[in-house]
Amino acid sequence: MTPARTVVPRTDQDLLYSEVEQDLRSSVHDLLADRCPPAAVLARCEDRTPHDLALWRALSRDLGVAGLLVPPAHGGHGATAREAAVVLEELGASVAPVPFLTSAVVATTALLGCSGAADEIARLASGAATAVLTVPLSTAPGSAFPQGVRADAAGVLTGRVTSVGDAGCADLLVVPATGPRGPGLYAVHAGARGLGADLPVSLDLTRPLVDIHFDRVAARPLAGPGAAEPALATALLTGAGLLASEQLGIAQWCLDTTVRHLGERSQFGRPVGSFQALKHRLADRWLEVVSARAAARSAADALASGSTDAPVAVAVAQAYCAPVAVRAAEECLQLHGGIGMTWEHPLHLFLKRAKADEVAFGTPGRHRAALAGLVGLPA
Amino acid sequence: MTTTAATAVDADELRGRVSALLAEYDPATVDRLTFLRARFDAGLAWVHYPRGLGGLDAPRALQSVVDAALEAAGAPDNDPRRIGIGLGMAAPTLLRFGTERQRRRFLRPLWTGEEVWCQLFSEPGAGSDLASLGTRAVRDGDAWVVTGQKVWTSSAHTARWAILLARTDPEVPKHQGLTYFVCDMHAPGVEVRPLRQITGEAEFNEVFLNEVRVPDEHRLGEVGDGWRVARTTLMNERVAIGGQALPREGGMIGIVAELWRGRPELRTPALHDRLLRLWVDAEVARLTGERLRQQLATGAPGPEGSGMKLAFARLAQEISGLEVEMLGEEGLRYDDWTLRRPQTVDFTGRGPGYRYLRAKGNSIEGGTSEILRNIIAERVLGLPAEPRTDKDVAWKDLPR
Repeated sequence: MTPARTVVPRTDQDLLYSEVEQDLRSSVHDLLADRCPPAAVLARCEDRTPHDLALWRALSRDLGVAGLLVPPAHGGHGATAREAAVVLEELGASVAPVPFLTSAVVATTALLGCSGAADEIARLASGAATAVLTVPLSTAPGSAFPQGVRADAAGVLTGRVTSVGDAGCADLLVVPATGPRGPGLYAVHAGARGLGADLPVSLDLTRPLVDIHFDRVAARPLAGPGAAEPALATALLTGAGLLASEQLGIAQWCLDTTVRHLGERSQFGRPVGSFQALKHRLADRWLEVVSARAAARSAADALASGSTDAPVAVAVAQAYCAPVAVRAAEECLQLHGGIGMTWEHPLHLFLKRAKADEVAFGTPGRHRAALAGLVGLPA
Repeated sequence: MTTTAATAVDADELRGRVSALLAEYDPATVDRLTFLRARFDAGLAWVHYPRGLGGLDAPRALQSVVDAALEAAGAPDNDPRRIGIGLGMAAPTLLRFGTERQRRRFLRPLWTGEEVWCQLFSEPGAGSDLASLGTRAVRDGDAWVVTGQKVWTSSAHTARWAILLARTDPEVPKHQGLTYFVCDMHAPGVEVRPLRQITGEAEFNEVFLNEVRVPDEHRLGEVGDGWRVARTTLMNERVAIGGQALPREGGMIGIVAELWRGRPELRTPALHDRLLRLWVDAEVARLTGERLRQQLATGAPGPEGSGMKLAFARLAQEISGLEVEMLGEEGLRYDDWTLRRPQTVDFTGRGPGYRYLRAKGNSIEGGTSEILRNIIAERVLGLPAEPRTDKDVAWKDLPR
């Protein structure tokens, strides 16, 4: 069978982890094991202060993860999406309430696409500031440029954006807005006059949403019509592609936790995990996690190398990994029996994150629809 | 055999060796078998095998360099679909457990396809519980006399040799009384009968062994160690079934994708959604296989290979089922129910009805999907074993 013309064959992808990536993983893992056990995350959520800014400082400044995607010339580490993906696996496996994906990946990528954002980028890279791209968390790559905020000729913003993830801890807003000359990206300081925020109750307790109002807010233009749309598109594609690694981390935690529980829990005089009906379900989850790892590595590698195949790799990874994380969390709950329904056990944090992540950066159905166009399988 | 670490082979050296082979044996003028033998002797058959046995002790991942260079030069291949059991199962077992003499005798004609291999493992009474098999091998001087019945034997009708698992000691628990042999399929007492399948053809056979004499020098591994040897074969079998390197849209999904592109009148929204889900699953399975191959660039397959086979079977069945449905009225027809005796095993050949029916075997052959899930749960995830009543009982005392 010859592949279709629209399908680019790829043979040179590195789907493994390099030594540097493994070292980065262990540093992040050790810090999270020490500072971010699931019980502590649950306690923060109960106190309605989900974001752990002390942990974020340790990650962003001491380990330097905030500057991973930033070139050395802008004060960063010049790493790639592959390294950022490894960090996200670990953060997913801890449902860590820190703005790495939203600030260090998505907002930073958007700023890197603007020619006039060197100062903002340097502050983000050093961990001195945290930013957010003001689009609904559910925005899929390839969506039309958002129309919720208008800019006037002087760059003053008016309008509203709902469901912006992690905006509550951002110092800087990167705002897509449409002005007299067309689409643009604008920088707004979190304390700016005329800026308002509502805090809706979020399904995912660890990545809380904010609805943002702009009432004649002064802003600094970062990118005009030529650059704003590609910068936003790249940021959303990168966010969607690397979200797959967070989903992988969630699924791996859920699988490991379920395996441990089924080995310890006894009923009918034997460990529950010795029953074939349950073993087979876990074997299927394991295969899904192994497969999600390949899909997530493929997306990260394609983004890192700037491959023209990246949109396909990202759509495949999102369409596959999102439901895998949800199933892993749902099965984790079911196989924990009654314990799984209690607020006390932290697995609900993972279920809520997994379900919210399924919607974040486009649902699996949206990504399949995008693939239909990308690989020449039209409806 | 001695090799030194200093002689590590890289891609450039392999390309050089391919050029030298092609210079000496021009595929346009040299006959196929001469070329294949020369390729084996040049160490370019399977580069990760030892020098002198068709390889160069090179990383397994570099095989693709050789294959691509030879394909580009129009060189003949060894028709792997005809000799899949030899390549995928017998060869790795011979390599690991064979004596130097056995490896030298068997591997070269196995790889060139001069000698086809089959596998005499399953029996009518021993399927998933393979270790309970009852074919007896009784020592008689410097040979063993083998009697029993084997089944589901692909390629038995074309095979010169078989890998054979037989019971040499019924007095001990089932896993301990097995011994592994190489059996001459042309020996007196070997009878092969076609076994017709749901596809109409007889790719499989029943094999009756009636006092077949197998020389002791054709024993592989120690007496009583057959189960350990067989596990090597089985792990390689699962990788061979589920682990082929494919391009994107390689295999079954490519057939359906091309059908979708070429026949707009067949499209419905429900079929479209199923097609895209399966396209994603097939692409992820391809990536997972690629990642596994990168992990095992050298070295032997672990139980992870079972996962690839599980994924492959599910996909083959769902995609082939979608194809028949997509075709509508045409899906009601079948190409031919004649009892054929195919020379090759081809999951994607013939028509959609054949593909649909043949794929049903993918979750049974080489370990059922249920057994593979047990292996993953116990050997990969470390879940406790199911309580068992047969483990410490002499084979002869087991109910059957």
